[in-house]
Parts: sequence; structure tokens; C-alpha cells
Amino acid sequence: MRFWICAAVIALAAMGVALSGINEYVFFAAFVVLTYVVLATAWNILGGYAGYVNFGTPAFFGTGAYTAVVLFKWLGAPLIVQIFAGAAMGGLLGFGVGMLTLRLRGIFFAIATVAVIFIMETLMINWRYVGGATGLQLLRPEAMAPFASYTRMLFVVMALMAVAAVAVARYIQTSWIGRGLRAIRDSEEAAEASGVPTLRLKLVACVVSGALMGAAGAPMPMYLSFIEPASTFSLNYAIGALAAPMIGGTTHWLGPVLGALLLVTIQQIVTVTISNEINVLVVGVLLVLFVVLAPDGILGFFKRWLKASSK
Amino acid sequence: MAESLLKVSGVSKHFGGFTALSDVSLEIAAGERFGLIGPNGSGKTTLINCISGLLRNDAGQIIFNGKEVTGLPPYQRTRLGIARSFQVPRPFHSMSVLENLLVPSAYVVHMKDSEGEAQAMEILRGMGLAEKAGLHANQLSQVELRKLELARAMAARPRLLISDEAMAGLSGSEVDEVLAILFKLNESGITIIMIEHIMQAVMRFSQRVVCLDAGKIICEGTPASIVQNAEVQKAYLGA
Repeated sequence: MRFWICAAVIALAAMGVALSGINEYVFFAAFVVLTYVVLATAWNILGGYAGYVNFGTPAFFGTGAYTAVVLFKWLGAPLIVQIFAGAAMGGLLGFGVGMLTLRLRGIFFAIATVAVIFIMETLMINWRYVGGATGLQLLRPEAMAPFASYTRMLFVVMALMAVAAVAVARYIQTSWIGRGLRAIRDSEEAAEASGVPTLRLKLVACVVSGALMGAAGAPMPMYLSFIEPASTFSLNYAIGALAAPMIGGTTHWLGPVLGALLLVTIQQIVTVTISNEINVLVVGVLLVLFVVLAPDGILGFFKRWLKASSK
Repeated sequence: MAESLLKVSGVSKHFGGFTALSDVSLEIAAGERFGLIGPNGSGKTTLINCISGLLRNDAGQIIFNGKEVTGLPPYQRTRLGIARSFQVPRPFHSMSVLENLLVPSAYVVHMKDSEGEAQAMEILRGMGLAEKAGLHANQLSQVELRKLELARAMAARPRLLISDEAMAGLSGSEVDEVLAILFKLNESGITIIMIEHIMQAVMRFSQRVVCLDAGKIICEGTPASIVQNAEVQKAYLGA
């Protein structure tokens, strides 16, 4: 109950901020931060709960983005339809990739997911309808009332998606599915011997994770008014989606949220104040710091700190 | 012999050119205490991996409780009533002892958490682990880890329990403790296959013993007859 009140307050706050007179750039940057909240939360369902490290985030993200572009160009579909279609295609890709790769373990699974990025990127480069390698300019429709600009509207949409993604992750974590996924992470053999249908559960996690990533990618073309393969399938998405849960903590739904807020906010500030190149360095430095000093992330660090101070 | 619960017939398993099991057949009756012995590398663990489903046998048939289970994934065999403990304990280390037992109670018996917890506490009490219920698995001692393996297997309410070297590396009094637990489980009607290196324990526990060597059954009989058997002595002593 408390969770839902918080969620509603956050959604309403996002709406309120969007209607206020704050500088347009804030929304431009906040949209990216919220996109990473969704990506990190989605990544954590498979990577954190089940322990299957997925480097293929850009493949799912890009699939969502290109699905949105196709629907927009072909039918002029509204944003909400683009998002749901992006989620569906992301989930479908998750199912396909999961069927092929989830029998692999550890490093072999991780490598297989990298391959999926290159496959999807190559497909899009060679597809003229969506602009091929040169990309495609998109004309944004008018912003809906009561929003003063399209970016503000996208900001609110992404905020709602972040709340929804976190709700899904929290449901999975606290339900019987979450316990099964944790059992898989701890020992897959023991999980099977305890009656957990490991392959099926991993597939569920992969589909849900892929669907959320696909949904996160769908508004991107409208946000940029442009799409092209190299930046859509950029490895930065893979690294960000993986680094945020590592920094925040992988065992709880709050971890990726905290990690993404911290990491991507710093990156956005650095991009504006110092340089666009340095912002990649931020990920590296933060990751190293957390892996060495707080291997269980921000949440793990506070948990240890609370334990130590209560003694 | 009473009606057989587990029937293994003609099971073989190869790893590349190595034959781990060749044409192994055995029958285990409901309620029996069955011992499986053999020198290192003789195929004991391979055989029970084939029975529990972790490995697929290349040839042969495994029938449990009148149903063919050959080819079923492990989780379905657990749901049919085959539970096992692992030789090297594999606890769910991110969970408490109690939560470890909630995995099978949720996935096999389909209990709600409140029912699962009640069942788990009862099992833990029976094993003398009740005070440790709230601890994490990585805070347990060796003997407690072995007991947790058995307790988690029991939370699936099996008909057949396979205990894979639950006593290896334990002290004399600890061996007695685990033996007492297994005797108690058997009295409650559970069929038990015990794989063990500690001879004195297998011989005390089992009603019937089979000895494997190089993937073949070389001898079957009562504990007393097994120790007298020349082939068994040869397999162990190499003389």
C-alpha cells in the first residue's frame, strides 16, 4: 500500500513539474535518466534476481525504437500504441533469445547476448524502409494538451513507464517467481532438485525484461526526432543498464532505481558542464569504486552500516 | 520383496569414450533402506544423477512408482516424489535456512508461505536445526549444512530420498546424529537410498547393499554378505 502511495505521488509530481515553468533542458536530461531507470530495472529482473548477465540491452532497446518508427511511418500510430508495440516486440525477442541462449551459463550466455546486438543492428542497417545506415528524420506531432512541449510530454510518459517498470520488478521480486529466480542464482542444480522449473522461469524473466527494455526504447525516436542504427544499438545502453544495478544493489527493486538516478544524473551533469567524452569515464570510475568498496551496491552498503551501528 | 518403488533397468551412461555406467539394473522396494557403495569413480553419483534427472541416461529405463521418468527434467521428478541431497552441499546462500525450505514447499507441494513455514519448522525441529532457522546458510557448520540438504529435500515431501554422501567428512558423533535422522525418516515411511563411503554407517543403516565398480554392479546382498564378497574386497583393496 505504501508503495502504491509513493508511486502515485511520484507520478503526480512528474506531472506537476512538467506543467511548471522550469527550463526545457531539465526535461531533456531527465528523460534520459528515467529511460535508464526503466532499462536498469528491466535488466535486473534477469541479471540481478536470476544472475544471468545480459549484455544485449541495446538489442531490446533498439527493437522497441525501430518498432515505434515503423508503426509511426506506416500508420502514423500514436505514441501509446508505439510503446505497447515496442514492449511486445521486445518481449518476443526476449522469448526467442531466451529459447536459444538460456541453456547456456555464465560467460557463454553473456557472449551470446552480445551477438544479438550485432544481428539486430545489421538487420536495421540493411533495411531501407527505416532509413538504413543513414537514418531517418521524423516529424514530431503536436504536443498534447496540457503540455507546453513534446519533450515535457515525453518526460511524463517516461516517468509513468518507470513507475510501471518498478511495480513489475517489485511484484516479481516478492512473489513466488522471485524466490525461484533467487534459487536459480544461488544454485541451478539445487533449484531443479527443489522442484523449480528453471528454464521456464528464466524464460519468463527474459521475456518480461525484454518487454520493458523494448518499451523504454519506443519513445526514443520521437525524443530525438531522428533514428539511426549506430547510436540506437550503442553499447552504452548495455553498460548503463548493467552498471546502475551494480551500483545501486541487485537484490532489491530499489537498487537499480538508485543506481540509475545517481549514475545517469552525474553523467548528464558532466556532459553539460565538462564534456561528452568524460561522461563515459564516470561509469568506469563509479563501477570500479563500487565493486571495490561496496560490492553489494548502495543498498548493501547501508545494510552493513545499519548492522554495524546497531551493535 | 514388496512392490518396487524404483526400477532401474539396463541404464548406461557414457562421457565421450568413458563408460561411467554400463547396463545397471536394480529394484528398490517401497520403505526399503538401500545402500549404494563402491570405490571412487565407480559411478555412484552418476547413477543417482540419472535417477534424479540431472543427467540423461544414454540407454535403459527408469521407472518410479509405476511411471516412466526417463527423459523427464529434474524438477518434474522431484514433483513425482524423488528428492535428493547433494554431495557437496548446495544451499541457497542468499536465503535463510527457513527460506531454503520454502522453495520446495512452494514449487513442489504448492503451499502458501504460512503453511510452508509451519511445515519447515516441523522438519527443522526433527533435525535439530530449529534454532538456526533465521540464520543464513553461510553461517552454518558442515554438519548443519548436511542437515539442511536433507531438510530441504524433505520439504518436497518425497517418497524416495537419495542421500549422496551426507556424512562424508563428519566426526563420529555427527555421523550418528545424521544416521539417527535417516532412520527416523525411514520409519515415517520414506524409502532411502544411501550413498556412503563410511562403511560402518552404510552397513548399520542398510537392509540391502549394492556395490558398483567401474560402472557395473559387482555384488548385491545383505551388508554381512557384501563385506565377505571377494570381488568387493578386490574392488576396494585392489588385491
